[in-house]
Amino acid sequence: MRGIKKDFLGVHVLHGIDLECAAGEVHAIVGENGAGKSTLMKILAGVYTPSAGEIIIDGTPQKFNHPLEAQQAGVSIIYQEFNLLPDRTVAENVFLGREPKKGFIVDRAKMERDTAKLLHEFAPDDPIAPDELVGRLSVAQQQTVEIAKALSLDSKILVMDEPTASLAAHEVERLFDRVKRLRERGMAILYISHRLKEIFELAQRITVLKDGNKVKTVNADEVTSAELVKLMVGRELDQYFPPRGDPSKRGDVKLRVRGGATEVLSNIDLDIHAGEILGVAGLQGSGRTELARAIFGADPFLEGTVEIDGKPVKINSPKQAIAHGIGFVSEDRKTEGLTLAQSIRDNVALAWRGLARGRRSQLSINVKDLCQAVELRSRGGLGQEVRYLSGGNQQKVVIAKWLATEPQLVIFDEPTRGIDVGAKAGIHDLIRGLANEGVAVLMISSELPEVIGMSDRIIVMRNGQIAGELPAGPTEAEIMFLATGEEDIEAKTEADLAKIQEELSSAGEGGKS
Amino acid sequence: MSTSAAPVPEGPSGVGEGAPSALQRVFGALRAIPVVWYLTIVLWVWIAAINPLFAEPSGFLAYLKQAAPLAILAAGAFFVLASGEFDLSVGSLVTVCVVVAAAISDGDPSKTWPVIALLFVIGLIVGLINGVVTTIFRVPSFITTLAMLLILDGAVWLYTSGSPKGALADNFREIGRMGIEVPVIDQLPYSVIILVAIGAFSAWLMRRHFGRQVLAVGDNDRAAALSGINVTRVRITAFVLSALSAVIAGILLGGFAGVTAQVGQGLEFEAITAAVLGGTVLGGGRGSVINAMAGALALTALFSWLNLQGVSGAFEDAVEGVIIIAAVAVASYRLREGS
Repeated sequence: MRGIKKDFLGVHVLHGIDLECAAGEVHAIVGENGAGKSTLMKILAGVYTPSAGEIIIDGTPQKFNHPLEAQQAGVSIIYQEFNLLPDRTVAENVFLGREPKKGFIVDRAKMERDTAKLLHEFAPDDPIAPDELVGRLSVAQQQTVEIAKALSLDSKILVMDEPTASLAAHEVERLFDRVKRLRERGMAILYISHRLKEIFELAQRITVLKDGNKVKTVNADEVTSAELVKLMVGRELDQYFPPRGDPSKRGDVKLRVRGGATEVLSNIDLDIHAGEILGVAGLQGSGRTELARAIFGADPFLEGTVEIDGKPVKINSPKQAIAHGIGFVSEDRKTEGLTLAQSIRDNVALAWRGLARGRRSQLSINVKDLCQAVELRSRGGLGQEVRYLSGGNQQKVVIAKWLATEPQLVIFDEPTRGIDVGAKAGIHDLIRGLANEGVAVLMISSELPEVIGMSDRIIVMRNGQIAGELPAGPTEAEIMFLATGEEDIEAKTEADLAKIQEELSSAGEGGKS
Repeated sequence: MSTSAAPVPEGPSGVGEGAPSALQRVFGALRAIPVVWYLTIVLWVWIAAINPLFAEPSGFLAYLKQAAPLAILAAGAFFVLASGEFDLSVGSLVTVCVVVAAAISDGDPSKTWPVIALLFVIGLIVGLINGVVTTIFRVPSFITTLAMLLILDGAVWLYTSGSPKGALADNFREIGRMGIEVPVIDQLPYSVIILVAIGAFSAWLMRRHFGRQVLAVGDNDRAAALSGINVTRVRITAFVLSALSAVIAGILLGGFAGVTAQVGQGLEFEAITAAVLGGTVLGGGRGSVINAMAGALALTALFSWLNLQGVSGAFEDAVEGVIIIAAVAVASYRLREGS
């Protein structure tokens, strides 16, 4: 693959990536979530067409408009979610759409014979009956069927996306054995994984992606896992964070929660002061987003008390939260933050329009000023539909939308997800700017450097509770100690730390990549 | 806090772009005119070429008078479609209006205004039920309003046993038939005045908070709700507007159509076809109410043109079907292109 670029609705996801994989090689692709691994592989498999660049297989340039064309060119891909029909047999799945025929009738015997032969060749240790229904097989066996399917297609290139994610330890060993057999047969294998140990065991070369760029391709035997982590995380790129607030200028408690509980959350005691950024860290499923939604009234607290400026309030809907001066920049701006087909102007005015009439007339808004305040840059003017904006500019529209309601407390859930590195700093400046103006800020992030770099105080969530609170500038280890509840975190190696870091950052992604 | 949370950059903002050339601007402006207007004008010219009467004020106004009920229904349909829902009950609501008005007034002109008030109450109730069932009980509007269609049709049959009783008073029928005497153009029909008034009102509404909220809700109701928009209220209001448009259309149609149990039949689909032809996107979030009304003008013109070509009126349903599919296909192709 040469110079592969991909834009989605004007957002650059891949910035020109070169990648080569030789026959008989396992080539690992690593990178944080959102680095572009899956997008790159989907381009190779014909799911997406690249905006630029070319794919060359055995010296022949290829252009795939459909996954079937990629398949015919010898590319097979095994996703984390398998593409198998659970109510059909193993043999039927392997030969789906290409069943051997005897006259007009499917030659079931030949199909099952061929399947058995294929399976025996590379998986002799785990006999799978060709006439078994796929739905009855274990996950590992289903994966074997997927591989058999790729083999029966005479694939030259096999892409495996996180193949060990849902396997038990002994199954992983078997999978490795199979991958090695495939390698010996001359298959080119692109292997996507977060697990560095696997990569070192299988791969000859490793390509590191970050934010849609190729960082480097290295030979596996010339690099240590620590070096690899450094390449993946590439911290030095976004070390910049705006200066923290002056603790002496911290205002009174803006929002106080006592004994807050929902179906997911329990024992939430929380104070957010005017003018501070309170960071929220925690692993996936620890209840970070649920906390935000509870405060915002989207999934309100069922128990406990909430006070704003010392006065008890009931917040049972976003509308009430907004009336109390709360804004919520949600995790997924496309489905929860924006009306994509509407103009910048309408999106910026959206929350303001929802205000009660009296409040609305107090706050006459000027969309142009608001856009300037968030430094929104749009070539199409204020009438442009927001779906054409980049991720960073879309996020600025969401922030402008809340500025229009003159909020007292703004909740940011993953404020820089899916945003280019350059635009991230701009968003960070805006968040700090809000706090400096006396707004209370609650900022959830699964990127530890972001939480550490931005927060005046950090709470760490675990199992729906607040596991602890940390002052400004803790170490990653301190946060992970609270997030995981593991005592011996100090003893962990750098690579293990990286793994936890990976889990942290995969948290909000919902296992997307 | 003020709106300038972050330092405002010096100089002009990033919003806006360099001025295009004059030719580009003319071309751009022409492209910005929705296709439906070109279609309408081509049909007008074509019809006028076949039948010169059409180009005269009285002929053209007669056409507008004929198109008015559908255009008003299209405006009502637009609000519901733009909010992401459907209203299939308007046709039978039109029938209910005509049948009820005839039965109650039975030709008595003094009852006309109370009857009209009653019709608006019926419309309000039907719209509220459609809206509440769809939003609060979460029954898909397609089902809700289809059921409403059946219920209203059934009620008409039950009430009339198939042959409507009574008659419409003359002053009731005049609303749809007559107009104000105006020197040059002879007679300005009331229905055209009502059409223009409703067009202006709808366009005004779309520029207000309500109209912007309708589009936002149709585009992404989750984001709208999380931004504090009362999605339920917006959608219920849209259903009420649609039902009220059916009442007005029913009053106008009562003027020139007879009192039958079929007077509104099929109008729900004609209204949706018109709105879609005018660029309203099924699923919500896009479109313009004026263009939806223009869709009704185009559709009526198209039917007249087909008539002049000697195509049977029975063919109209098939034409509608083709238009719906074609317009939706073009719209979704364009949306893909745009991305």
